[in-house]
Amino acid sequence: MRFTLNGREVSFEGSGARRLLDVLREDLGKTGTKEGCGEGECGACSVLIDGEVVDSCLVAVGQVEGCKVITVEGLAEGGRLTPLQQSFIDHGAAQCGICTPGMLLAAHVLLERARRPSADEVREALAGNLCRCTGYTKIIEAVLSCRT
Amino acid sequence: MPHVTYLRPKNIKEALQLYRATPRCRLLAGGTDLMVMLHAGALQPAPQAVLDVWSLSELKGVRRVRDVLEIGAAESYTRIIGSRDAQELVPALVAAARTIGAAQIQNRGTLGGNLANASPAGDTLPVLLAYDAVVVTDRRTIPIDAFFTGYRKTALESDELITAVRLPVGRNVQFRKVGTRAAQAISKVVMAVSREPARIAIGSVAEVPLRAGRAEAALARNDVEGVIAAVAEDIRPIDDVRSTATYRRQVTQNVLRELLDALARG
Amino acid sequence: MVASSASSTVGRSVPRREGVTKVTGTACYTDDLAIPGAWYGKTVRSTIARGRLRAITLDRHFDWGRVVVVTAEDIPGENVVHLIRDDQPALAPQGGEIRHREEPIVLLAAADRATLEEAARHVGIEYEPAEPILNIEDATEVFSTVNISKGKALEEVEGVEFVVEREFRVGSQEQLYIEPQGAIAIPEPGGAIKIVGSLQCPYYVHRALKRALKLTDQQAVVVQAETGGGFGGKEEYPSMVAIHAALLARKAGRPVRLIYDRHEDLAATTKRHPGVIRHRTGVKKDGTLLAQDIDIVLDGGGYCTLTPVVLSRAAIHATGPYSCPNVRIRARAVATNTPPNGAFRGFGAPQSLFAAELMVEHVAERLGMSGVDLRRKWMLRLGDTTATGQVLTESVGSELVLDAALKAAGTVGRLDGERVKRGRGLSLVFHGSGFTGSGEKKLQGTIAMEALADGTFRILTASTEIGQGTKTIFCQLAADALDVPLERVALGPQDTSLVPDSGPTVASRTAMIVGRLVQEAATEIKQRLERERPPLRVEKSYIQPDTIHWDETTYTGDAYPVYAWACTIVDVDVDMTTGEVHVTDLVTAVDCGKALHPVMTEGQIEGGSLQAVGWATIEEVKMKDGGYQNDRLATYLIPTALDAPRIKTILVENPYSRGPFGAKGIGELPMDGPAPAVIAAIHDATGVWLDEIPATPEKVLAACASR
Repeated sequence: MRFTLNGREVSFEGSGARRLLDVLREDLGKTGTKEGCGEGECGACSVLIDGEVVDSCLVAVGQVEGCKVITVEGLAEGGRLTPLQQSFIDHGAAQCGICTPGMLLAAHVLLERARRPSADEVREALAGNLCRCTGYTKIIEAVLSCRT
Repeated sequence: MPHVTYLRPKNIKEALQLYRATPRCRLLAGGTDLMVMLHAGALQPAPQAVLDVWSLSELKGVRRVRDVLEIGAAESYTRIIGSRDAQELVPALVAAARTIGAAQIQNRGTLGGNLANASPAGDTLPVLLAYDAVVVTDRRTIPIDAFFTGYRKTALESDELITAVRLPVGRNVQFRKVGTRAAQAISKVVMAVSREPARIAIGSVAEVPLRAGRAEAALARNDVEGVIAAVAEDIRPIDDVRSTATYRRQVTQNVLRELLDALARG
Repeated sequence: MVASSASSTVGRSVPRREGVTKVTGTACYTDDLAIPGAWYGKTVRSTIARGRLRAITLDRHFDWGRVVVVTAEDIPGENVVHLIRDDQPALAPQGGEIRHREEPIVLLAAADRATLEEAARHVGIEYEPAEPILNIEDATEVFSTVNISKGKALEEVEGVEFVVEREFRVGSQEQLYIEPQGAIAIPEPGGAIKIVGSLQCPYYVHRALKRALKLTDQQAVVVQAETGGGFGGKEEYPSMVAIHAALLARKAGRPVRLIYDRHEDLAATTKRHPGVIRHRTGVKKDGTLLAQDIDIVLDGGGYCTLTPVVLSRAAIHATGPYSCPNVRIRARAVATNTPPNGAFRGFGAPQSLFAAELMVEHVAERLGMSGVDLRRKWMLRLGDTTATGQVLTESVGSELVLDAALKAAGTVGRLDGERVKRGRGLSLVFHGSGFTGSGEKKLQGTIAMEALADGTFRILTASTEIGQGTKTIFCQLAADALDVPLERVALGPQDTSLVPDSGPTVASRTAMIVGRLVQEAATEIKQRLERERPPLRVEKSYIQPDTIHWDETTYTGDAYPVYAWACTIVDVDVDMTTGEVHVTDLVTAVDCGKALHPVMTEGQIEGGSLQAVGWATIEEVKMKDGGYQNDRLATYLIPTALDAPRIKTILVENPYSRGPFGAKGIGELPMDGPAPAVIAAIHDATGVWLDEIPATPEKVLAACASR
């Protein structure tokens, strides 16, 4: 089977029932996607499939055949940080960093959909991504500062 | 996880053939429940195959057909929430969908999955009961009243596939979920109530999503205090990891009163 | 070199050192490391809470040739997880005691996970079960006691006009770092074993590894991988994980990955000590505080772990930040058959301060005074003496933070209607920075700094970056002390074969104690560079100032070098239909001495505050048969972004003369204040006093109904 990963076509042979998370991390070397719970509660394994944020622990890899998958590694093009990534650094939105990849992807989708989300909309969009370090305050500030 | 074959049919016809022909085969839609259990090895008997119906076009879409809104069984909650028809015609279902998980789960979770899973805590199920929804399968229609037959058991036959859900439009249904946390919560009590006709449907208070028959009868008589008293007789809550029977009983009564007030206010 | 260009990184929020790797997904956490040829490890645990291990049987019909099996008999050194006491075995020995339901018994490793899971199903364990002790009331074994005595006992104090009594209960809590525990053990030439893991304290793991595996200093190598949160949870437990991984790797003769999934992490690893705290407070009618009598019992669980030190911190903070002439504190930690409790941010102080702060409210209510007025009357000020007899000689921020928080919080908006009730609560807390008593003196934490020939500088320390900012602030401190641009300073890896032992990354000590050593080393290097050429190396060890005195036997003297202070005000909405408590706003003013990096300082305070809000409201550890019933993230709930309050942090800078640039440790402080403030706010909203946290909807609704 084939799918597009961060703009590049990749192929995968093996059971389509394996978790997308495991295939990304173990077969394709994309370890930026993290496993926090394995049951869709924490969002650390968030990736984008055709522009929608999903928990990759809940997706069978067969289900992304022909899809465009974006992981945190696919955000910075040519090594240039996106404004959102830079904002996370500037605002102190990443502490231990383990939730950061998933958090960035959830926020990325929000900012593509709603250019000027309110603080409450940011909270709602990030509610599927648990963070234990920040109290969310600086993450919300980082996202709000990227409104266009 | 032991080896599991992944099957991806092109259309519903092929799906049904494969489903019939493959032993120990489980249906896979958005994966929000199945993938967790598959990975944990929690399914008994262990499945040998999963049949992926997620992208079947016949199971997608939210469409109005005269006085009925039909929602594809594999349509995501996100699409239901975003559907103008759904917002206007079945707002309580939209409200319920918005309380499910968070963005990641709403992007993958489906009505068909919620129904087939038949968890007593399924967030959309009381809403479907309050709307008198009809479950459409590959071979028949099943009134929602007759759908839940026991703890995580349904009226579906072993090779039967849910294709859509039909809801009548224009019914005033009020909804509330109590889950302790504002997102990513499984309900402790979840309720949908309609006045005309009298429908009181509650989740997480019995082994199945429940219609509160005695309370509905009192509601039909306009006996609001009778409704509150009767609902306590209708439910069978238990103590479990999420909450206590005492709490569920009290909150059921409190929420019901609140929803009836909201209906009375219009 | 132009001094002015470089001299101001302290106090500025410079970019986090490892920030780019964290936002691009390239930061390498333990499970991200690809180790060729590594096998997967697994721990087989007890299924009973108490008893004896009779026998381990391996099913003869299973092909054990594909699996490495380790039991207690395979331990080359001492079967002990080195910490305060030698009571906890690495693996329960045949015939040995089972003291909790997650006791490790057998270790397995295999080339793939499917084989490993299958193998685990073919391990049989026979027990001789005994009746477990599952709550504090039934406990008979005592791990440790602390007694603090100042002045007279309450009964002997003259002039007491009221005595207010109250009992409080605090719940357990999971640290819930988002990266679960894990370690990879790699056998190396010369009988050495290298551990790469998610951990806070490399030298704790180093010592534990040496004893259990019978290794020399050089043979045991511990390297910290990028670590996805700790909060105390990765202070002691990584020693267990590392020993297990090392035993498997040693027997397998190849690297072994032992990475916990969330379920195992929740089920088996340490939690916050639950406790029962009783207060009796004697006052005059005008509110004058005359006597405090406090009884503390903490539940240590199955093994001692760090419990005596947790108890000590709980006892020392038990009076709250108040000046009282007559104090009696009796504290004890007991053993039960739950998995062991251990370090968690605050380390006993949140438990005892919860009770102390609510006690102020109850006394104020009895006297008909406001809680704020009573706190002003009671609070410790410069020159006052604490319960241990410590005279506070500098950096006492009690009044500063109280005023700052009150000013920032404004007035609380009231709601119409009866369905949702709004209320406000306040708390005032202090938290000792650094180790308790003579801890720093005994430890003598050491760092090194190198001036390299290329004009750059390297800090060598075992203090870890776990998200709180060690990597960044150490470089800031060094750059400013050296008077060089920040870019020229780097932190060496946390690898025990390269760095000296600067002590564990715990106890709000990293910035203040170790940071001060960094500053001193940099200052010395700067002086030496005036007459010497690089490369140079300087080592600095902690020397206890001779003004600090502590008597461990009488529990008197300077319990901590200094205290940080905080006042927290929370607003809550209580849903009267469901009993759900939503903390809408939280304002906290913190005397941090000096904010070395304001954004990171705020980050510590905001994150700690939300952990405390979670502890106070929805985080409930539920026990069943001696195990955790809610051992999944679907059932152990922590706040999401939608649950978190709007948090406003006010940094009050009230410098401490021996802190680096005046800084005091504040990592744990934010865990102390929010919980009592939430309970006071619930009372303000509903008129109901809860004496117990978490204030779950079940408890709130029941309390409101019975009113």
